[in-house]
This record gives sequence, structure tokens and C-alpha cells, in this order.
Amino acid sequence: MDFNLKIWRQKNASEKGHFETYHISGIEEDASFLEMLDILNEQLIREGNDPVAIERGCQSSGPVSFDHDCREGICGACSLYIDGRAHGPDDHVTTCQLFMRHFKDGATITVEPFRSPAFPIIKDLVVDRSAFDKILQAGGFISVRTGAAQDGNTILIPHDNAEKSMDAAACVGCGACVATCKNGSAMLFVAARVSSLALLPQGRPEAATRAKNMVAKMEELGFGGCTNTRACEMECPKGISIDHIARLNREFLKAKFRD
Amino acid sequence: MAEKLISKIPDGPLAEKWTKRKSELRLVNPNNRRKLEIIVVGTGLGGASAAASLGELGYNVKVFCISDSPRRAHSIAAQGGINAAKNYQNDNDAVYRLFYDTIKGGDYRSREANVYRLAEVSAAIIDQCVAQGVPFAREYGGYLANRSFGGVQVSRTFYARGQTGQQLLLGAYAALNRQVAAGTVTSYPRHEMLDLVIVNGQAKGIIARNLVTGKLERFGAHAVVIATGGYGNTYFLSTNAMNSNGSAAWQCYKKGAFFANPCFAQIHPTCIPVHGDQQCKLTLMSESLRNDGRIWVPKKMEDVMKLRKKEIKPSQIPEEDRDYYLERRYPAFGNLVPRDVASRAAKERCDAGYGVNETGLAVFLDFADAIKRLGHQRVQERYGNLFDMYFKINNVSPWEEPMMIYPAIHYTMGGIWVDYDLQTTIPGLYAIGEANFSDHGGNRLGASALMQGLADGYFVLPVTIADYLSNKFAEPKTDINDPAFEEAEKAVQARIDKLFSIKGKKTVDSLHKKLGNIMWEYVGMARSEEGLKKAIEEIKELKKEFYEDVCVPGEQNQFNQELEKALRLEDFFEIGELMARDALNRNESCGGHFRVESQTEEGEAKRDDANYMYVAAWEYKGEDKEPELHKEPLKYEFIEVKTRNYKE
Repeated sequence: MDFNLKIWRQKNASEKGHFETYHISGIEEDASFLEMLDILNEQLIREGNDPVAIERGCQSSGPVSFDHDCREGICGACSLYIDGRAHGPDDHVTTCQLFMRHFKDGATITVEPFRSPAFPIIKDLVVDRSAFDKILQAGGFISVRTGAAQDGNTILIPHDNAEKSMDAAACVGCGACVATCKNGSAMLFVAARVSSLALLPQGRPEAATRAKNMVAKMEELGFGGCTNTRACEMECPKGISIDHIARLNREFLKAKFRD
Repeated sequence: MAEKLISKIPDGPLAEKWTKRKSELRLVNPNNRRKLEIIVVGTGLGGASAAASLGELGYNVKVFCISDSPRRAHSIAAQGGINAAKNYQNDNDAVYRLFYDTIKGGDYRSREANVYRLAEVSAAIIDQCVAQGVPFAREYGGYLANRSFGGVQVSRTFYARGQTGQQLLLGAYAALNRQVAAGTVTSYPRHEMLDLVIVNGQAKGIIARNLVTGKLERFGAHAVVIATGGYGNTYFLSTNAMNSNGSAAWQCYKKGAFFANPCFAQIHPTCIPVHGDQQCKLTLMSESLRNDGRIWVPKKMEDVMKLRKKEIKPSQIPEEDRDYYLERRYPAFGNLVPRDVASRAAKERCDAGYGVNETGLAVFLDFADAIKRLGHQRVQERYGNLFDMYFKINNVSPWEEPMMIYPAIHYTMGGIWVDYDLQTTIPGLYAIGEANFSDHGGNRLGASALMQGLADGYFVLPVTIADYLSNKFAEPKTDINDPAFEEAEKAVQARIDKLFSIKGKKTVDSLHKKLGNIMWEYVGMARSEEGLKKAIEEIKELKKEFYEDVCVPGEQNQFNQELEKALRLEDFFEIGELMARDALNRNESCGGHFRVESQTEEGEAKRDDANYMYVAAWEYKGEDKEPELHKEPLKYEFIEVKTRNYKE
């Protein structure tokens, strides 16, 4: 398959970015989107070295930087806004699990970073998502010390609650919800963690304060508010439901009443 | 130098060794812990759990990872589960049985005392993770659910769908976040350790590259913990994450830490087969699938040919024409034989010509029986996400047709040599999790990597490291202007300058791919003296080619992924060479290491206990010098060493 790739290039956080367009050919339809970018980078490095190619006009800003790691859809490192959608045109996948068979041969594909004021660009398609770590540091845990736990089976958890908790815990922290939200809100991300723990008895003691502290941190870090457009739910690679936002709101309100 | 390999295994009965050692270990009082600094490199299950637990104890911890967040570490990709000797199933499980299965599964090449301790603390890991809010699968009564894994006859594996590693890592990461908030842990994401700094013979710090600014930075501490995982990516194609690498461990080796059993690499039987030469990563399908999936190839060559031409679908092949070869060869364990055995059996069928895809390198993993027996709903709960993942990648639904699988490099049992306290041969340097060699011998059982990472990080290291630190609190903080730091930083800078100066034509990946081909061909599932010697020569040639013709574009002081890869590849060349050298030395078949010269008439692995019942610990002797082999004899005092038998 052949493609024209229109890719956002930006040297670093302070310089202005721009699009560059590259042509790539001979891509297998079973190749993943990131494998396609690997092949593009090989091509850009070779061309960057080749005086004939440079004379032909093959000038680029060198290989494209993009975050990626496990390539199994679980680490959450990969991002990319592809043809106007977080993680591209397939549903419920991260970019690393997006395959070229979902594109038309000869298509022009636009690739941008996840854009949000809370995710500054580091280089090209790589953004800084450390705000997510900071939100979780504000309360995304159960305060238990190593060694303090009782036997696991003394905490009974109804099967369905464990399953629901797991649905929320499947969040990979990729940031698609933020990138796709018109308000740049991280509500789904926050809700997934709050809800997952609030559904478990061992998470109950801190449930309300956890919600309050994490939401406060989210607002402090420049994420927007939630207006229930459900865009996040649509684009979440793990299909996390906004029902969890409702559960977050309940916990948040409890904390407010208590104050 | 032989005195360097003191394993510090306590005397006394097996079940009392850990208790005995704990009672001997010195303590650091809480006021003094505040004065002590510890560097933890890596934030997978081992690193995150260790950093969090040390922070809780009151030490000052600096934790480093190469990703943008500690949560991305590759432990996150572990799917199937974590073992623990809880005996919740009343199937006669016990600490001893978990210990025994692990020693046997490791083909009698691990230490009795270490493995027993691992089994002993396993139950507490589950308790800890439950308390942290890890949503393990539950039965309808609310009790914890279990499943079974390869190489065992009990159900002792705890799981959270097919995302157990993710959930356990998020638990450890949450504990870590809690300590970051408490101020005991400082997190340094997007930092890569490039050298270990030794002052007066003791590990005192690291040189790391800030991957965003590209600058080299110095960090000092009273002790350094390596938790950077394995070196499976030496093979280029593996189930490891793209950025997983062996460099931190390798720099420790080059600074004097012995490297043990490098040739013990695990080849996982259930991976998605290679689809073409544009591929850079192999995807694992969890071993848990072998609980309910049945592995087969056709009996008739004509069916194989039709399958390859896509003239028939696998589901059209009648039952009597299928060869369920694991059930045939190993009736007692069937589809749940250990990974090394299952991988070799798949290779045997494919070598005989029965591989079921175009490349002839695939076998079937079939769920038709399980769906019939359990119903759609229960199969969905157990494996739903794995079926989805398979479908996304292959565009074939496992609900309708069997999966295709083939073995791939997955895990490395070898690693930095450590004593019973997890300390390396360098005082003050510790290695935990996959980065060390200690618990899995020649082959790791499924669901035991998570167990080991968390055992080391939560329960072993925080106790043992105190013994070393107990007399360090009076020492001043490590001075990062010490000449040792200066020298280490200069050496790293020289390495980087050299890479940029080559200005060749070949990309890093193209050379890494070549290394991978050499490794898979000669240091893969079947190894021979001739092949291994060839591998060593070819790696040397390739390394020469790299230093003459590699192209590292961009600059140092910027985000530069090509530079990161080039630095890692330099180390992979050397790791690959040592793996081949170790494999050449070990002229026996044992666990994941199969020497064609050492097999039974039936083609099963033949161990040579008389000559190789030892840990091979290699000492670095300098650039272009042969490393020195040290042997730590393995003594089995409590169990009878047998030939592994999964047939009856």
C-alpha cells in the first residue's frame, strides 16, 4: 500500500511547529500504524544521508519522534491524533493496535500530537503527560503500607463489583480522553481511578477525599471541566464508560457535603 | 576471585532459612533512615514495589525510568496471572509444592533457598495487592478466583482478566505515587541510566541521560538497586516492549558485577506468528489460554497444504485428522507443559513440515471445545480481551477459528548475579526482579515473573538492604563532584561523541535486525557448538560494521530516540556475544537452553548434572578480553534431583 503522510514536526516545546508531507510505499496491510512510522523513519534517515535524495528535494527534519513502548495496547505510551481522531479511525484501540488495513491505499493521512494545554509538546508527536502522574499522586491510591494487609479472602468482593472495578481499572493513562475533549478535561481519567477504588470495600474509607483531591489537582493543572459530551467515552481505547464519571460525581458531592 | 561468589545462604532447615536470615540482618533506626539515600533504577513490579516500600520505611529514594511515567514499565504487559501458595482451591497446594514446581520447572538450575523464600512470601503478595485495590477476579461468593498455569497440577494463579500485570503494576505505582506525595520518593521519568558510579569499591551513584534535554546528569546515593528487567530484545523480535533493554545491567557488569547464566532465555510458546519482515515486535498471547485452548496441527500433509493456500478453514478439519501433539506426547500435563517443552514441541512439528501458515511457522490454539463446554459468557470473562486483541491484529476471530501461534523470545532467566540478600558482587549494588538471575533456573514457570518481582520489591530487598545500610548513616551524602563521577560522565560522553562521529549510512534498527537474526538462528531454540561459534564471530563482524557505518542523526542535547537506540544496541552486541559464549560453555540441554548435542533418543532435553550443576557467573575483564567464568555449585539438600517428566 502507498500513503502520503502529513506529519506535525516541532523541534521542541519553545519552537513553532509545522506539517511536513512524506510519501511512503510498499506497506503491508497487516503492518501496524507504528510499524509504518518505523519504516518511514528508516526512509527519512537514509534520505537525510543521501545527497541525491536531498537534491531531489527530499528534505525533512529527520526521523519523526513519537512515544511508543509495549505495542500491545496496554502500556499507554503511544498517542497520536490521526485524521482527526485520537488513536485513529479504528474503535477501541491504541495507535499501536491500529493496522494499515483500515486505510485506503493511496490515502493522505494526517498525524498530529495529542493537543492539550496540560500536555505540552516535547518534540514532534511526543507530549508531556506527567500531569497524569501528578493527579494520581494527589490521591489515586489506597493508603496501605507494605506488610499491613490481612488475608486477601477476608475482604469479600461481589463478583460483579470486582468486574465493574476492573472495567474502570483498565485505563491505560494514554490521554486520548483529554485530547479528544473540547474542554481538554481529564474527567474520564480521574473517574476511572476514583470509581475503580470506590467500588471496592478497601477503597471506601478514602473514596470521597480521593475524589475531591484528584479533581482539585486536575483543575490546578490546567485541564478543563466536563460538559458531558461523551467524546471521551467514544475515543477511549479501553471503552471506559462515563458511568464512572457519575460515580466520581457522587463521591465528589459527598466530600463537598462533608466540608 | 572465587571468594566473590559467596551466596550467603543461611544454614538450617529449608523452611527456616528466611526467618533465620531475617533475624540476623541488622536494622536501621527510623531517624537514621532519613539520612540515607537509595537509587532505584526501573519502575516495573520490582522497582516500583521496592521504591514504594523503601519510601514507606523512611529512606530517601530516587526512582528512575526511561518512559514518560513509571506506569509504562513492561511488567504492565504481563497477562495471565500471579502464583501464590494459598491453597484456596483445596487442591493440596502448599509453599513446599510451589517451591518444588518452581525448582523442577527451572530444570534444577536455581537455588533451593531462594526459591523456597519466593514461595514462602507469595501468599503475602496477594494480600498486599488486594489491600491496594487490585481488582482480582472473584467468584460469585466474593472469594478470590484461581486458574492453572503450565508446569503445575494445582490452580494457584490469581488473575485480573488478561491484564494481571497491568493491575499489579498499577497497585505498585499507586503505592509509589503515595510516597512521591509524601516526599520520600523523587521520581525521574524519561531518564536513562548509562553508567554505574563506584567510589572506593562501593556503588554510590549513576550517570543518567535526561531523555528530554539530552544532558547527562549525576545522581549519588548510599546504595543502588537495579530493577531494569531482562535483555530479551537482544533478539530484536521479542515480546518485550520496544524500549526494554539490557543496558543498565550491562553497565553494572562492565563495572564489575558478575553476570550469571546469560544463555538462559525463555522462548514463549504462545505468541502471534511473524507476519512479514516489516515487523519489529512480537505479541504474546497469554499462557492462561492453554488452560482451555488445545494445541494442534493437522495429521495429514495434504490438509497442511490446503490450509497454507487458504483452500480450507481449520475448523473444517475433522477431529480424527488433528494431531493434539502435546496431549499425545505429554498425557499427564497435556497442553499445560512448561513453556520450554511446549515451544520445542511446536518447533518439532513445524520442522517436520506441519506448520499451518504461509511461512510454515505456526500451530493452532483452539477454543472450540472450551466454548462448547463453558459457554460464551465464561470464555468471554476469562479471555475476552485476549480474543479481541487477537482479532484486532489478525482480523480472524478466535470465536470462529483457532488462533495461530508460534514461539518467541519472552523472558531472560539469566541476569546479574546476586547473593541470598539480592546484593551483587559490588557492595551496595542490588539487583531485583528479572534483572537478577536468582529464582528461575533454566526456565521460568508461567505467572512466576510477577511473583518474583513483587517478592523482591515488597518483602525481600527492603529487609536485606538495611543490613548493608546499617553502618552507612554516619557517612556524608555522596558527593557527585567526586572524581569517580567525573570520570564516569566523561566515559559516557566519549561513547556518545563516538556514535555521532561515525556518520555512516546504516540505520540502528537495520543493524539490530541483523543481530536478531544471528541470535534467533544460532542462540535460539536449538543451539550447537558450531552454530554458537559462528554466532560469536558474526556478532563481532556486525559490531565492526556498526562502528564503521552506523548513522545516528540529530544531536545529543535534544530528545533523540535514534541515539537512545544506538546506545542500547552497543550493549546488545556484547550481551549477545556473552549469551553465545555461555551457551557454548554449557554443553547440556537444560530448561530453555537446548544443545542439539545433548538430547535423548526421543528428542527430549538431556541435562548433565555431573558437569553443569552450577551457576555460570561471568566476570568482565576489559574490552576485547575474554570474560572469566566463575562457578557457583548448586547443592540440592532438600529435594531429589530428577529428570523432568511431564508424561506421567
